[in-house]
Amino acid sequence: MKDDRSTGSRRSREREAQPVRRDTTIHEWPEAGLVLMRGPADPPSSVRVESGRVVELDGRAEAAFDSIDRFIARHAIDPRVAEEAMAVPPLSMARRLFHPDVAASEVRRLFGGLTPARLVEVMAELDVLEMMLALRKMRLRSRIANQAHVTNLRDHPALLAADAAEAGLRGFAEVETTVGVAGMAPLNAVAILIGSQVGRPGVLTQAAVEEGVNLRLAMKGLVSYAETLSVYGDEESFRDGDDTPWSKAFLASAYASRGVKVRFTSGSGSEVLLGHARGRSMLYLEARCILLVKGAGSQGIQNGAISCIALPLSLPGGIRGVLAENLIAASVGLEVASGNDAMASHSEMRKTAKLMLQLIPGTDFVTSGYSVMPRQDNLFGGGNFDANDLDAWTLVQRDLGLDGGITPKGEDEVRRVRRRAAAAVQAVWTEMGLPAIGEAEVDAAVDARDSGDLPPRSRSADVEAARRFLESPATVLDLAAALARTGFAREAEALLALTRQRAAGDYLQPAGILVEDGVDLVAVSAVNDPHVYSGPGTGGRVEGERRRQLEDVPFAVDPRALGRVGEPPDIFDEGDAARPGDAPEVVVAVGPAFGGRLGATLGGLSHREVVERVLEGVRQEQVPARLVRVRHTADCAFIGHEAARLSGSGVAIGIQSRGTAVIHRRDLSPLDNLELLSHAPNLTGDSYRSLGRNAARYALGKSTEPVPVRIDNMARLKHIVQSTLLHRVEVEAATPGALPVELSLRDVVVAAKADAGSERQGA
Amino acid sequence: MRYPLYREARSRITLPSGRPIEDITREQLEAGRLATGDLGIHEETLRQQARIAEEAGFAALARNLERAAELTRLPDAKILEIYEALRRGERRAALEALAREIEEAHGACLTAAFLREAVAAEP
Repeated sequence: MKDDRSTGSRRSREREAQPVRRDTTIHEWPEAGLVLMRGPADPPSSVRVESGRVVELDGRAEAAFDSIDRFIARHAIDPRVAEEAMAVPPLSMARRLFHPDVAASEVRRLFGGLTPARLVEVMAELDVLEMMLALRKMRLRSRIANQAHVTNLRDHPALLAADAAEAGLRGFAEVETTVGVAGMAPLNAVAILIGSQVGRPGVLTQAAVEEGVNLRLAMKGLVSYAETLSVYGDEESFRDGDDTPWSKAFLASAYASRGVKVRFTSGSGSEVLLGHARGRSMLYLEARCILLVKGAGSQGIQNGAISCIALPLSLPGGIRGVLAENLIAASVGLEVASGNDAMASHSEMRKTAKLMLQLIPGTDFVTSGYSVMPRQDNLFGGGNFDANDLDAWTLVQRDLGLDGGITPKGEDEVRRVRRRAAAAVQAVWTEMGLPAIGEAEVDAAVDARDSGDLPPRSRSADVEAARRFLESPATVLDLAAALARTGFAREAEALLALTRQRAAGDYLQPAGILVEDGVDLVAVSAVNDPHVYSGPGTGGRVEGERRRQLEDVPFAVDPRALGRVGEPPDIFDEGDAARPGDAPEVVVAVGPAFGGRLGATLGGLSHREVVERVLEGVRQEQVPARLVRVRHTADCAFIGHEAARLSGSGVAIGIQSRGTAVIHRRDLSPLDNLELLSHAPNLTGDSYRSLGRNAARYALGKSTEPVPVRIDNMARLKHIVQSTLLHRVEVEAATPGALPVELSLRDVVVAAKADAGSERQGA
Repeated sequence: MRYPLYREARSRITLPSGRPIEDITREQLEAGRLATGDLGIHEETLRQQARIAEEAGFAALARNLERAAELTRLPDAKILEIYEALRRGERRAALEALAREIEEAHGACLTAAFLREAVAAEP
């Protein structure tokens, strides 16, 4: 391999050290299945229906079907529309999928007749923007939701409960956990169940553990959805997992029979990872998965490469291919939890680029697991976005005017529900005879960064208690009773409300979630909240109360408070109208609000300090200085130029309240200058002293080195809001037609007023 | 079909035990009158949900919910047994015996047919 490091420029070496270069990037290798679409072994699409049966699928006759073909032919392809749908050329089908004038229901009817190979051929006609618009149209549920991961390395029940509560409060519709130690599954499930209901009654929960255990948890009413049903687009991959399409479909019915919502899992790359791609493309194999999932009668799927995401992303078209997975699933009528859970890249830019393809169209669950806690505690290997990204996520929602399923919440509220959740599991643990949770554990769970902050706890005792709990007859009803007995009435009611919803089964419908309805719960799904999009003015929009919630990020500041002027500092005495002076002198002119209504620059330097330093600099060169206020304009160049017209030497300094300063000369045009210090936030006392000295040297006709300017690319970003607010005061203070006046600096040092200025900066 | 059932047709929803859904209250809980048999979903409710799914255009989900309705009659252990038999690719005879058993003992005809289909798909 060529070693670029030894020959590259310094720039290229720095570029190589960027996080994105830690991602592995490879060329396609189609024969090995390392290709998103159009694998050499992808079959051409075809279908043949005989007496209501699909007898040929993608070039294979029924006799040659493998078990997946057989399952799809039997359960997923609608023989009544197959021939009609397959007669539509892929490009024409792609246009119907994309076009807002073709209703989602009509697209879904036709897609019911498409084979896996044809689904890929249709996707191949669309670019990512077209896919995004199509996904927007095809999404099942109008209301956007999101799913959270809640786990920790130590399976600590109080921390699990606190994190689940925070997830519920922040608006996650589903919370899933898994285990550090397999035996902890029952108690982890209980901890997030109780915790999540503290955050918001109606959150659905699940434990991603071995199916046998999960079914038992379901039967006890401790989980309300299951998303552990992984499928593959290749028979041998299935066999590796000890399953068949029928065993998975049976499991789906088994969960439903206990009132549990089911979502299957699949995604590009899993078959090639298991060594079974055999020249078939990732998307073709995934299309087989999606139809299998539909045929099994699942209401939904989590796809979009999921845990294999880095594999498609190593290849050309990876992000597009993964979007195509989500789109196929929505188009055949499945709820989509659209990935963005496992680590996709070392690069924040690539992760965000990937996320936008789901966030902007909106999906039923934008992520398949947002890590509410820091990713170091994420036992799913997830944490593509984690606790530290919550503020950025909510700001992006606010920026785009879109709902990504996470509601901004303030720290007080967050801590309150965390404490209540930790206290609730503490009480239930005691009531149920589980290993006691101490006060110190509750306290630590509220304010912990991660599980490392929690006091030690006996793992073996917890595992043993979890085993006994699983084998005991205890159910969700016992938990509700324990909560009711210990003063957690609201949480007891929430568990009973969940139990009623389980009996009603409304959330088993596609894209079903539960929302609060007065003191009770009600299901929202594709049946009663279908997304209907037919172009601008239609479809789910962020409006009203939801818009207000999403815009109200807790760290937003009232600009009126930020621009508050406080008590005027009044550091000058104003004199008579300013007159033209005699050579040599430097006129130092300040803006209309400088040292009057405003007291400090953007850099937090008091106006008194600025003036004193400038005067000091001028006097260093033994040149007299004269202070004036220009009153008719807030513009720095014109302040400077007006002053230059008054200056005996023709040289003057103009200073705006925010600190921007210019050296001007009478013979220059107003927008020209000798020197301009525009990076106001970076200017120091020394900068202003140098400015004064230079102005004096220009006045004397001496050769002069310009004041050195430091580039701070972040300065504008950091200060533009404050700058706007300060300048607004300056502009208001300007009086059209008012003539400059002489100023003299008062002797008093008003420390308190200088403080008021810096407080404004810090606000 | 009225949906959500919980809001539109609550009075017709019964618990697996046959009691009305409205019995799931804190008063009943605190009086110790709620039992494991009240937990879960009644087969008739699953059939209603199947009809709702069918009408809304989700036919495969509807068939799944119909199988699920049958499975409400099976004890937990039998469900786990069938799942294990299916995933281990149990011999045809064993699966056929399970199919016959759930058909005869629990009237689970759709599920039995599904098991036979799985048997037939084995190479």
